[in-house]
Amino acid sequence: MAYGLGIAKGMMVTLLNLTRKPVTVQYPEQRVTQNPRFRGEDFVWYEERCTGCASCAKYCPQGIIKIVTAPSGEQTQEGETYKIETFDIEIARCMFCGLCVEACPYDALHMGTGFERAKPRRSDLVITVEELRASAKRPSTWFRPQLQNRGYDPAKGEEVPWQEAGRESTVAPTYDDMLKRWVEGR
Amino acid sequence: MDSSFDKNALFSTLNDFYLGLLPDSLSWAAFLGTGLTIVFILVNAVLMLTAFGTYMERRVLGRFQTRLGPNRVGPFGLLQPLADLLKLIMKEDLRPLMADRLTFFLAPVLMVTSMLVVVAVVPFGSDSFLADLNIGVLYLVGIPTIATVSMFLGGWGSGNRFALLGAARAVAMLISYEVPMIISLAGILILAGSMSLVDVVEAQRLPFILLQPMAFFVFLIAASAEMNRSPFDLMEAESELTAGFHTEFSGMRFGLLQLAEFGEVVVTSAILATLFLRGWENPFIPADWSQVLPPQVWLIGKILFFMLIFTWIRATLPRMRIDQVMAFAWKVLFPLAVINMFVTAALVVAWPEPTYTQLWAIAGINWVVAIGCLIGFSLALDKHRKNPTASVQLVKIPTEVA
Amino acid sequence: MALPSESITINLGPQHPSTHGVFRLRVTLDGEVIQDIEPIFGYLHRGTEKLAEERSYTQIVTLTDRLDYTSSMINNQAYVLATEKLAGLEVPERGQYLRVLTAELQRVASHLMGIGFFLQDLGAMGTPLMYCFRERERILDLFEMVCGARVTVSYMRPGGVNQDPPPEFWPGLKELLSDLPHYIDELERLINENEIVLARTKGIGVLSRELAIDSSISGPNLRASGVAWDLRKADPYDVYDRMDFDIPVGSNGDSYDRFLVRVMEIHQSLRIVEQCSKDIPDGPVRADVPYFFRPPAGDAYAHVEASKGELGFYLVSDDGIAPYRCKIRAPSFINLTALTEMLLGWKVADLMVIFGSLDVNMGEVDR
Repeated sequence: MAYGLGIAKGMMVTLLNLTRKPVTVQYPEQRVTQNPRFRGEDFVWYEERCTGCASCAKYCPQGIIKIVTAPSGEQTQEGETYKIETFDIEIARCMFCGLCVEACPYDALHMGTGFERAKPRRSDLVITVEELRASAKRPSTWFRPQLQNRGYDPAKGEEVPWQEAGRESTVAPTYDDMLKRWVEGR
Repeated sequence: MDSSFDKNALFSTLNDFYLGLLPDSLSWAAFLGTGLTIVFILVNAVLMLTAFGTYMERRVLGRFQTRLGPNRVGPFGLLQPLADLLKLIMKEDLRPLMADRLTFFLAPVLMVTSMLVVVAVVPFGSDSFLADLNIGVLYLVGIPTIATVSMFLGGWGSGNRFALLGAARAVAMLISYEVPMIISLAGILILAGSMSLVDVVEAQRLPFILLQPMAFFVFLIAASAEMNRSPFDLMEAESELTAGFHTEFSGMRFGLLQLAEFGEVVVTSAILATLFLRGWENPFIPADWSQVLPPQVWLIGKILFFMLIFTWIRATLPRMRIDQVMAFAWKVLFPLAVINMFVTAALVVAWPEPTYTQLWAIAGINWVVAIGCLIGFSLALDKHRKNPTASVQLVKIPTEVA
Repeated sequence: MALPSESITINLGPQHPSTHGVFRLRVTLDGEVIQDIEPIFGYLHRGTEKLAEERSYTQIVTLTDRLDYTSSMINNQAYVLATEKLAGLEVPERGQYLRVLTAELQRVASHLMGIGFFLQDLGAMGTPLMYCFRERERILDLFEMVCGARVTVSYMRPGGVNQDPPPEFWPGLKELLSDLPHYIDELERLINENEIVLARTKGIGVLSRELAIDSSISGPNLRASGVAWDLRKADPYDVYDRMDFDIPVGSNGDSYDRFLVRVMEIHQSLRIVEQCSKDIPDGPVRADVPYFFRPPAGDAYAHVEASKGELGFYLVSDDGIAPYRCKIRAPSFINLTALTEMLLGWKVADLMVIFGSLDVNMGEVDR
C-alpha cells in the first residue's frame, strides 16, 4: 500500500461525513425522545394504593426513603392501611435504580420521567409527601408491564388514574377466582 | 517608489484625495495618510477574517464530526469570536516572577506584527495593493522567520524550563520546514520570471496549481507546519508534557498569540491564493476575458477555500511526533522541492516563451513527474508495505465443554 | 566530553486530559526517555467491596454497575453469575440469552469508547471520537429501551434478568445490526491504514507474550500479545457455548495490535448479538428468587470476559442476606501490573499512546 493512501482514504471519510445531518439535539429547545421505560426523577405515588408497608424503604440500597405512618382508622376489616405522615425521598443520593418501584407490592410507587430536578440548595433536594401528592401522575412503564402492555407513553401527557395503575387492572379476577380466594380458601 | 505609485491606482486615488484636503506643503502628510488608510483597511480585513475564521473553523470542524458548532451566541453563533475576545480580556494577566520583562512583553507583539506585515504585499486587485515590492516573494518568506524568533523569545522569556524546551523544539521544527517552503517557491519564480507578487499573478496564464502541483503540495504541507496546525500541532498537545512556549501566557497575551496563529492561517491562505490560484483573477478563464465577479471577492473566496482545506486536514489527521515531523521535512519534502525546481528549470529552458498548448504540455509533464515522485517516495518509505492490519488475525478456538 | 545530566521527575497529575480518569503518574525522565514511573491511584476509591458487605445480594447489583462504568452490563453479569453459583440458582434460558445479548452490546459500546479516546489521545482532534460516540449513542438508546437507563443499567438480577425487553426493542436491534457494521467499516477506513496512526503506534509499547502471561494481563491486551485466550471460549458461561464467533489475536503486542484487536472484537460481538436475537426462546426471564435470599454458607468465584479483561467476583456467604465478603478481581487493576515494563525506555510522546492503548478504566482500578 503506498504511503499516503491511508491518509487519502481517511480524508474521504471525513468529507463524506460532512454531508451527513448533524446528530446534535439543541437542548433545551429540542429534547431527546425518551423511551417510556426511562427511569426518571419525578416519582409518581398513588396515595390511594399505598398501605405504608415501607417495602420501598427496605429495598432501597441507599436507604434514602423515610416513611413515618400513623394508624388511619380506616379499612379496619381487611387489615389497616396506614396514614402516611412522612414520605421523604432524598433525591440527592438517589441513583434511580428502581428497586423501590420493583419492591412495591401494591404498585403505588412508580418511576417518573424527568431528569431536571436541579435545585440551588441541598435541602430542596428532598421530595416530600406533599410534593408526591401534588405531582402529575405520569408514571414510567419501568417494571410495570400493565402500563406497558396497554401502550402507555408518559411523554404524551395523559395521566394514569390510580385505578388503572396496578397489575390487577389488567387481569381482573373472575367471580370464581374471588369465590375460591375469599370463601373457599378460609 | 514612483513606479509603484503609477501602478497602484488605489494609492493614487487616495493620495489625490488627501492632497485635495491638505495644503501643498503637507504633501508628505497626504502620503502618510494614504498609507495609513490602506494599512487600516488591510489590518481590519485580516483581523475580521481571522475572527470569522475561528468561528468558521469551529462550525466546519463540527460538521465534519456530524455535530453543530457553536450556535448560541448571537444569530447562528456569529458573535462567538466576540465572546472569546471578551473572555480573554477579562482574564488575569499573570507574569511569572522569573520571566524576563522585555521578552515576555515582546513575544506576542512580534508574532502578531509578523503576521500582519505580510499582508502588505498581497495584491487584492491588479491596481490595489499596499506595496508592490519587486522582491515580494523574498519578503514573504523572510517575514515568518520573525514569528519563529518570537516563539523562542516567548519560551525563553517565560522563565519556565519546559516552555523553553518546547520553544526550542518548535523552533527546530519551524526552521526545518522553511527550507522546503522556500525551495518550492523557486519553481514559481522560474516560471514567473519576477519576484513581485503582481507579476506572479499576471504571469499565471494557467494557474500555477496546474503547472506546479508538486510545489503546491510541498508548500501546503510546509505552510501547515509553519503555522503549527494539525497534523503538526504538537506544540499545543496536552499529551506532550512540554506544554510549549505559550504555557505562561494568559489573558490577552495568550489571546494575541492565538490571534497570531490563526491570522497566519488567513495570511498563508492569501499567499497560497496569490501564488497558486491567480490571486484576484478568475482562475477558470483567461485574464483578458471579463472576470465575472470583482477581484476582491475572488481573493476572499480563495482565502476561504484554503482555510477550509486546512480545517479539513485538521479534522482528519492525528498528530505526528517531533522526530517523525523532522524526518518528513528532510527526507520527503526537501527532495521533492528540489526535484520540482530542477524539472521546472529544465522545462523553462526547453520552452522559454510557451504558448497555451505548450503550457498545457508543461502542466501535463509536471503532473506526471509529481505523481511519479510521490509514488516513488511512498514506495521507498513504506515500511509497512504489507497489509498493516495483518498483524491481527481471527482465530477459531474450540469452545471448552464444561 | 559528556555533559553531566540528571533525571527530572514530572507529575502527570490526576487531572489530566489524557489519563482516562483520575490516574496519577510520576515519571522520571532523562531528557525525553522514561527512566521510571510510579503510578498512584485510588482517587476514585468508593469502598465498593465494603459497601457490598452491608447490602443484600440484589442490592449489590446497583453497586456493580459503577465499577467499570463503561461496561455496566458485563459487571452485572459477572456478579449475578457468582451469586447464582453461591446460591445454586437456575437461570431460565431466555434470561441467559438476554444476558449474553446485552453483554455483547455493552462490549461494543465499551470498545467504541476505548477506541475513540485512544484516537483522541493521538491528537485526532475529536473526529474519530465523535464518530464512535455517535454509534455508541444508538446502543445506549437500546439500553434505555430495555432497562430505563443508559449507563448504570442494573439490568440483571440473581436468577436472570430484570424484565423482558419491550416489543420495540427487537426492530431497533435489527436496525442497529444492519447499520452498525457499515459505520464501523467507515471508521476503520478512517483509521486503520492512516500512516500517521501507524507511525505512532506500530512497534510502540510492546508487551511480550511471556510478560503478559506472567503479569496476569487479560482481555484484549493479552490477545494482542499473541495469546489466544478468551474466557467465553475457555470457560463458557450463560449460552456462550452455543455461539459461533472468532477471537482476534495479535502477533506483535504493540499499541496498534491492541487497538486493532478491539476493533475486530466489535465485529465479532455483533455476530454474537445477531445469533442471540435469532435463537432466543420464549419463556420467563428470571427465576423465582426472593429479594432477600440467603445463600448457604460457603464461597463462590465466577469470572467473565469483560471488555477490559477477566472480571471476577469472589463471594463469601455466612448465611445472611448480605455477603460476608465480596472481592472483585478488576481487570484494569491487574492490567496495570506491567505498566512499568511497558513504558520504560520510550519517549514521553509515546506515554499517552501506550497508556491509551491499554484502555484502563479507573472505576475498576480503584473500585
